[in-house]
Amino acid sequence: MKCDVCQKEATIFFSQVVEGKLQKVNLCKECADEKGVTDPTGYALADMLEGMGEEEVTESVIETDELVCPSCGFSQTDFKKTGRFGCSDCYHVFDEGLEGLLEAMHKHTQHVGKVPATFPELPESNLVPAPEGPMENSPLDKLSELKVALSKSVEDEDYEEAARLRDEISQLETQMGDS
Amino acid sequence: MRFSTLLKNPAEWMQVPGPESDIVITSRIRLARNLVGSPFPGWAKKADRIGIMERVRPVLEDLNEMTDSFSEEMTKLSAIEKQVLVERHLISREHAAKSSGCSTVMNRKQTISVMVNEEDHLRMQAIRPGLQLLSAYTVLDDIDSSLENELPYAFDHQYGYLTACPTNLGTGMRASAMLHLPGLVLSEQINQTIQGANKIGLAVRGLYGEGTEALANLFQISNQNTLGTDEKEIIEHLNRVITQLIENEKNARMKILEDSPTMMQDQIGRAYAVLKYAHIITSKEALNHLSMIRLGCDLGFVSDDEREVINVLLTEIQPAHLQISAKRKLTPEERDILRADIIRNRLNRLTPPDFSSIVNERDDDE
Repeated sequence: MKCDVCQKEATIFFSQVVEGKLQKVNLCKECADEKGVTDPTGYALADMLEGMGEEEVTESVIETDELVCPSCGFSQTDFKKTGRFGCSDCYHVFDEGLEGLLEAMHKHTQHVGKVPATFPELPESNLVPAPEGPMENSPLDKLSELKVALSKSVEDEDYEEAARLRDEISQLETQMGDS
Repeated sequence: MRFSTLLKNPAEWMQVPGPESDIVITSRIRLARNLVGSPFPGWAKKADRIGIMERVRPVLEDLNEMTDSFSEEMTKLSAIEKQVLVERHLISREHAAKSSGCSTVMNRKQTISVMVNEEDHLRMQAIRPGLQLLSAYTVLDDIDSSLENELPYAFDHQYGYLTACPTNLGTGMRASAMLHLPGLVLSEQINQTIQGANKIGLAVRGLYGEGTEALANLFQISNQNTLGTDEKEIIEHLNRVITQLIENEKNARMKILEDSPTMMQDQIGRAYAVLKYAHIITSKEALNHLSMIRLGCDLGFVSDDEREVINVLLTEIQPAHLQISAKRKLTPEERDILRADIIRNRLNRLTPPDFSSIVNERDDDE
């Protein structure tokens, strides 16, 4: 069987159900690597089909799992297309799955190095998952709670709530910056 | 400062030698920064970009380092002027293609340059001659620290500086050095070297960055990971690898001199002949021969006085620089003629290479 992209001998056969329709793609090793089929982070057959000109299939996928940043209107599909985010808030909105992607890129996912002097130092204990109970009321916990709520409200397409949470987050962040 | 003034002065790194500058041409540090609450340039609307630029530019121009700076909007520069800045490594090829709301600010010595609204709101760069990554970083770090008092940076304790592309998260820092590696190319060890560097998280690219050809045996080596390693550590790692590469390059040169001195003499001799007497020369041919003359300087076959001239020629014979000096648009054929004229003129004091230091046992590398 021939590779659908470059016509070389195919060695990887990929199937996925999109909109109840079975889509099959045959690829050679090189094209599979290039398209990221063997890379577990965020491969979708639909993305590749898009690159092959079958836009109809992707269009319907976009509608079903669209996640949009309330601050700038950037969507997950935009990210898959460009590999770049729309604004700094996108990092919180599209938090899910980001860790795996960053691990593949950088090996680590926790920043070390320069911190702007205008930012409050993070207490050592918050570098590990925050212990439950006693610390619940610290502003940082409140902040992470709000951020979780924000992602959820975006997922639920409750943009009014999302906008409110976003404002609350930025207010809290400013307060923390001032203190 | 006006563009014409900028043009008249070669960048400081071309004139002042730095440590290890026989092999390391320049060291560069680039920091990516964004402002909180505004879309990144690639996603921002024109009005947003203009807003950012109007906020950022005065702050940049007010920096102590930017006294008598060159500061201009990309829309106010001609295509050739933008290309000149690319050829001097002051802006990226991507930035040259930008329009409304994008600008460039740089100091008179061309050691610091800042691109506003390239891929990130701020992309600032410090460039130094030779191997001086840490001192380039120190300069830029100071500038960054004064900017953070004026501009609200987008930062996150987990992800570090938030950048448009997740590959730049964390420090937002890219450290790179431009290396002249003719020994590794001639001895065919260069691909192996590049693969080795890739394996330890470093990228090796050609003269003008991503996807460009390695002309003149010049290679840029830089860190790929920016998250999870601090600035000093990134620089130290790169320094260690570069020091090793310098060692390898020197060994490769010695080995060629030992095993096939005639081949080495032929390469340098031909380069001399062509550059001295050609009347039509392409950029690629010229760059590769200039690389051989530079190698001749390093090995003591060519007078060391020519080193600065060669550095200047590396940029002066590029297409946009040629057209600026001709004060008009040139066809590729016209450029090849003008390029040969400039080289012959610049190298008029260059005397034939002197190979008497090679013990003249004819090697049998037929």
